[in-house]
Amino acid sequence: MSSVTTVVLAGVGGQGTILAGDVLAKVAMAEGYDVRLSEVHGMAQRGGSVITFVRFGEEVQSPVVDPGTADHLIAFEMIEAARRLPLLKREGRLVVNQRIVLPLPVLVGAAQVPDGLEAALAEEGAIFVDAEALACEAGSSKSANVVLLGAASAGLPLSQETWAEVIASRVPPATVEANLKAFELGRAACLKGACR
Amino acid sequence: MARALLSGNEAVARGAWEAGVAVGVGYPGTPSTETLENLARYDGVRCEWAPNEKVAAEVAAGVSLAGGRVLVTMKHVGLNVAADPLFTLAYTGVGGGYVLFVADDPGMHSSQNEQDSRRYAFAAKVPMLEPADPAEALFMTRLAFDLSETYDLPVLVRSTTRVSHSKGVVELDGGRVAPQCRPYVKDPAKWVMVPANARRRRVDLERRLARLREHSESAGLNRIEMRGTELGVVADGAAYRAVCEALPEASVLKIGMVHPFPDDLVRQFAASVERVVVVEELGPFVRDLVSLAGVQVQEIPLPQWGEVTPATVKAALGLPVEEGRVSPEGLPERPPLMCPGCPHRGVFWALKKTKAIVTGDIGCYTLGAAPPLAAMDSCVCMGASVGMAYGAALVENERPVVGVIGDSTFAHSGITGLVHMAYNGGAGTVVVLDNRTTAMTGHQGNPVSGVTLSGSHGRELDLEALARACGAEWVRTVDAMDLHGTLAALREAVASPALAVLIAKSPCALLSKCTKDPVAVDDDVCTACGACIQLGCPAISRTESGKAQIDVSICVGCGQCEQVCRFGAIVPAGPACDLGGSAR
Ligand SMILES: Cc1ncc(C[n+]2csc(CCOP(=O)(O)OP(=O)(O)O)c2C)c(N)n1
Repeated sequence: MSSVTTVVLAGVGGQGTILAGDVLAKVAMAEGYDVRLSEVHGMAQRGGSVITFVRFGEEVQSPVVDPGTADHLIAFEMIEAARRLPLLKREGRLVVNQRIVLPLPVLVGAAQVPDGLEAALAEEGAIFVDAEALACEAGSSKSANVVLLGAASAGLPLSQETWAEVIASRVPPATVEANLKAFELGRAACLKGACR
Repeated sequence: MARALLSGNEAVARGAWEAGVAVGVGYPGTPSTETLENLARYDGVRCEWAPNEKVAAEVAAGVSLAGGRVLVTMKHVGLNVAADPLFTLAYTGVGGGYVLFVADDPGMHSSQNEQDSRRYAFAAKVPMLEPADPAEALFMTRLAFDLSETYDLPVLVRSTTRVSHSKGVVELDGGRVAPQCRPYVKDPAKWVMVPANARRRRVDLERRLARLREHSESAGLNRIEMRGTELGVVADGAAYRAVCEALPEASVLKIGMVHPFPDDLVRQFAASVERVVVVEELGPFVRDLVSLAGVQVQEIPLPQWGEVTPATVKAALGLPVEEGRVSPEGLPERPPLMCPGCPHRGVFWALKKTKAIVTGDIGCYTLGAAPPLAAMDSCVCMGASVGMAYGAALVENERPVVGVIGDSTFAHSGITGLVHMAYNGGAGTVVVLDNRTTAMTGHQGNPVSGVTLSGSHGRELDLEALARACGAEWVRTVDAMDLHGTLAALREAVASPALAVLIAKSPCALLSKCTKDPVAVDDDVCTACGACIQLGCPAISRTESGKAQIDVSICVGCGQCEQVCRFGAIVPAGPACDLGGSAR
């Protein structure tokens, strides 16, 4: 069982977590692994918190991730990073997009973002990435999800070539180049950063 | 042999296609929806959205009667709607293979309840297969068509969210069986369920089920996987995968066909292990069947609701589970919300102003119940808004009552409620939210939009003419994006002694892809009154000083906030790209 790698992608409906999860699962499958991916559609997609699980290895049983069992948490936003932290193993790897998307209760003044959120995540060993900025640098503001995959890839046992092939096959043809660049920028940012 | 990464829903579609289905028909509902959408992509299958699940099950009955294979799809609550034909179709049996795919939602990720469709299989006396993952979903769906024809029964294939919406590697080795239409045979003793015929078919049903039970005992759908002899676990559907992960040493009796239940196999299994436990979702059901088979079951504290995961299984058996890290305290919730530019928003803004009791319904517009709009008082099941509005008005004399219902929901089961209102002399108000689509479940066409599953544009249901034909005297259509116009019409409808139907029409913001330039707040003019904040638009928030600010990366320039600002503080912000906001 320990040969299974468990990845959690957490974000806000509309941020592209589903596509990112699909790319990761396809990369793992192309590398010959058994894969299970699980996501929740419907109500949650309307700007609610969303979560996708991807698990791969020789043989994977459950598609669901329990607390303390994820090897990687890729968070598309800091509040969701904090919310899903309990899923991550103590020794797990935490990649966080360094931005906050304010939920409606905060927008209307009924709730607040806790102080020191970023510091708390840093304490948990977060590897921060400014995915939107790198996406713009790559030439497509919509490729922030691929930047995050790039950052996460630095810690995943999957080959660069397969990533590139799958990304090229999954994004709109006109944006292939920008997305491949986005992946590289994310990966590079992570490699020169605080990667463990 | 090709390998593909398929979701459970994609796999069911593939299995039906391989089995040579002639027709697929259903009504959308999470987590079942993509099944029919995927089947529609295959050549040689006619796929249609029905207005509701009952109609879908009946269209399918016609296909089967005339000898074609047919797949029907729906979510768990849809089976309540389709239950009437289903119970009697067990008696008639089938012509062409009849498979009804139903997807349950333990944990209620996107549902109003957590009902357990396994109970329908027993209540309706219909066989049920329960795939544990996408690969099984393909295989079992294909097999279900053969079982249906061999045993002359409709067959239920039941999944759950973690089967429907999980993806797994599936081997695609099977081609398509050539679709064959069995020749039509006139057989009133089988198909005309008047009591004399039904009594004979009722007896025959037991005979058919008894034959199928033999299959259930021996065919491998239910199978024993022997590992250790200390612990034996009986598990069905998705629970099977959780058990395999949590208890790799335990022997497992995997239930893939829960009805007819394999009593002999259960006894055989129990005889080969020291103790037997049952792991399942949604409370004891298989547990009771195992007990009824005469096997002593060791009780374990499984939750009665929600999903079973490897950790729940371990905890129930007293094994240690991992402890995760701890989240920082005081994190804000992130409920789903109406999209920027959503035409439902203005209608709820207006409803709030009428101070009416608002009986609501199911769809994206249910979000109108959430603060700050908080302008919906009930949501029970599809269609309920209309009957409840009428019922509430029978005893509530102080406040007006308004029923609010989406276009797809109205066509699904709101029309009969309106007929009741008209027939019994009601004078209430029904608002139909016509956003030209079934938005909540991912933008399916519906009878009101006239867009069919094959993408063609058929007849559009004329809501005004329909409302009048039902008996409504006050009928009007307003532009839902015109907030003050909507409010004025709503006030008139509520005040009118007539039975009123107001159609608030404007396409879903995700369909119309509103690309107008965003707006901004003129800080000098804003009085911090908070009127725009009350719209609950995700683009609008308050600054430290209490004044409004608009996030140009979220704003779609729909103009709703401009309409509610009495001070003219909301002004054009210029094109989004100049402002660096492009994350629409
Ligand atoms: C009996 C039943 N079938 C299906 C569903 C799933 N479902 C929930 S909302 C909805 C569609 C609502 O569409 P519409 O009324 O047009 O409102 P919109 O989402 O477009 O605002 C469906 C199909 C359900 N809850 N109950």
